[in-house]
Amino acid sequence: MTPEAIFKRLQEKFGEETVFDFHEVSDKNRDAWFQVAPFEIEPVCEYLKTEPDLAFDYLESMTGVDYPDDKKIVVVDHIYSYGHKHRVILKAFLDREDPAMPTLVNVWSTANWHERECFDLLGVLFEGHPDLRRILLPDDWEGHPLRKDYEEKEEYHGIPTQRPNPIELYKIGVPGKDKKAS
Amino acid sequence: MSEVIFTNEMDEEMTLNMGPHHPSTHGVLRFIIQSDGEIIRKAVPDVGYLHRSIEKIAERNTYPGFMPYTDRVDYVAAMFSNECWSMACEKLMGIEVPKRASYLRVISCELNRIASHMIALGAMAMDIGAVTPFPWTLREREYINDFTEELCGARLTYNYHRIGGVSWDMPKGWADKVKRWLDNFEPIMKEFDRLITLNDIFVKRLANVAVITTEEAKDWGLVGPNLRASGFAWDLRKEDGYSVYPELEFNIPVGKGEMGTVGDCWDRFYVRVEECKESAKILRQALDKINEHPEDDIVGRLPKKMKPEGEAYARVESARGDMGCYVIGKGGEEAYRAKFRTGSFTAMSIIEAKSPGLFLADLVALIASFDVVAPEIDR
Repeated sequence: MTPEAIFKRLQEKFGEETVFDFHEVSDKNRDAWFQVAPFEIEPVCEYLKTEPDLAFDYLESMTGVDYPDDKKIVVVDHIYSYGHKHRVILKAFLDREDPAMPTLVNVWSTANWHERECFDLLGVLFEGHPDLRRILLPDDWEGHPLRKDYEEKEEYHGIPTQRPNPIELYKIGVPGKDKKAS
Repeated sequence: MSEVIFTNEMDEEMTLNMGPHHPSTHGVLRFIIQSDGEIIRKAVPDVGYLHRSIEKIAERNTYPGFMPYTDRVDYVAAMFSNECWSMACEKLMGIEVPKRASYLRVISCELNRIASHMIALGAMAMDIGAVTPFPWTLREREYINDFTEELCGARLTYNYHRIGGVSWDMPKGWADKVKRWLDNFEPIMKEFDRLITLNDIFVKRLANVAVITTEEAKDWGLVGPNLRASGFAWDLRKEDGYSVYPELEFNIPVGKGEMGTVGDCWDRFYVRVEECKESAKILRQALDKINEHPEDDIVGRLPKKMKPEGEAYARVESARGDMGCYVIGKGGEEAYRAKFRTGSFTAMSIIEAKSPGLFLADLVALIASFDVVAPEIDR
C-alpha cells in the first residue's frame, strides 16, 4: 500500500483529528509522512500492527527532534511491514515545555530501548514505560544533550568535558593560512 | 544502581556484576546479573560506556566533514556507516552516484563484511573456549586490511566513501590481487568448517542454546544475520535493492536448525559463515562487472553548496544488519539532526528478555552470537 492509501485508511478509522497533515514525497520530504495526535498514537499503532493488510511488524527507528522555534519536540517513528514491504513515517508533535506521550512498548517490544534513548537525549517522557531510565548517559547526568538549548557543563565529577584546541595551544601552523607552516 | 533494579529479598539469589571490562563482552559492556547459583534469573545490560554523542557532533560539522566521524559508529565495519551517511545525504540532496562508484562501494563493503564476520566468528569461538580459530580468521582479515589500505590508505577507519561517490578509484592490479586472495579464501572457509563450525564439541556447546523464534526476533527488532538465523530471509540488499545489488547474484543464508533448533546460537554462527561465502561470490561478480564502466568516473554531480532543506532516511544492510540514517537539514551547512539506527542497539535490548533460565556461561555465548560492537550500541 502507498503511504497515502494508509493515511486515508487511518483517517477513516480514527477521524481527521487523530490522523492529519499528510506530506507527500517532494524535494523537501524525501519520504512521505503524516502526523498522529500524540495521545492517540498507541491505538493507531496497534491498528497498524494487527490489521492483516497493514501488518506493520517492525519499528525501524524512533527519533526525537527538538524545534525550539516552534516550541515543539517531534518524535518520528519509521515503521515497516515485512510481509507487505511497505513503509510509513509517523510524527507526533509534543509540547516542548512538557514533552510526554504514551509508550509503544506494548505494540513493539523494541520500542523499549528506543524510547529510553529518546528520553535520555531529549527528555521525552513515555507514559506507561516499564523502565524509563537513562540509557547512554550516566544516571546523574544533568540535562538532555540533543536539545538545542543544551549547554555543556565544564566538568563531570572533576573530569573536564572540553579540552583546549591543540592548534591554538601548541601554536601549530595551518597550511594555506600560515606562511611559516610547511 | 543494582539496588534500583533488584530487591534482594530471597537469600539464595545473588547479584553479580559482569563487566565493564570482562574480556568476552566485545568492548565495554556491563551486565548486572541476578542468579540462583549457575542459573540466571535476570541479566540487565548497562550500556553507554562508549557514548561519544556522534549525533551531537553531526550537528556541529558540515555534511562532508562528518564523514570521518561515521567511521567511529561501528569501527569493525566502518564502510557501512560511511555508505549509510553518504546515501542519506545523497537522498536528501538528490545526488546521483555513478555506476563505477556504486561498484566500488559494493566491493569495499563486501570486503568489509567478510572482515567484520571474521572478527565475529573468531571472537565467538574464542569466547567459548576455542582459541585456534581466532588467529585463522585474523589472518584473513589482515589481508583485507592490506587491500583497504591500498584502496583508501586506512586499515580500520576508512573514510572512503564520499557524498556522491567514493574518494579514490582502485589502484592498478588491485582487482587481480583481490581475486587471487579469493581463490585462497574460499577453500579456507571449507577448512574452517572442518576446524570449528562442524566440530562436535563446538556444536554441542552451541546447539539449542538461547533459541530466538522468528516472532521474537521481529518483535525485538533484530536485524541482519541475527534475524536471518531465526529462519526469516530478509536482507535489505534484496528487499530494497539499493546500489547495484540487483545486478549481482547471491543467496540469503538463513538458519535452518541443522544442529538443533532454528534460531539457536549455532545458527547465528553458521549464517555468518555462509554469508562470507556469499560475499566472496558478490566480490567476484563485482570485480568483473566494474570494468564495464569508465575509469575515474567516481563522483557524481554535486551541488555547489551543500545546504539542503528537508529530511531523508536511508538504510543499508551492514554486517550487523539494517543500519539506518535519518538526516534533517534546515538550510545550513550542518545537519539539523542526524540519527543512526544500528543493529547492535536492538540486539542488546533482547538480552534482558532472553536471559532468564540461561546458564551464566551461556550468556557469554549469547552475547558473542549477536556479534554486538559496543560503540555501535552507544554511538
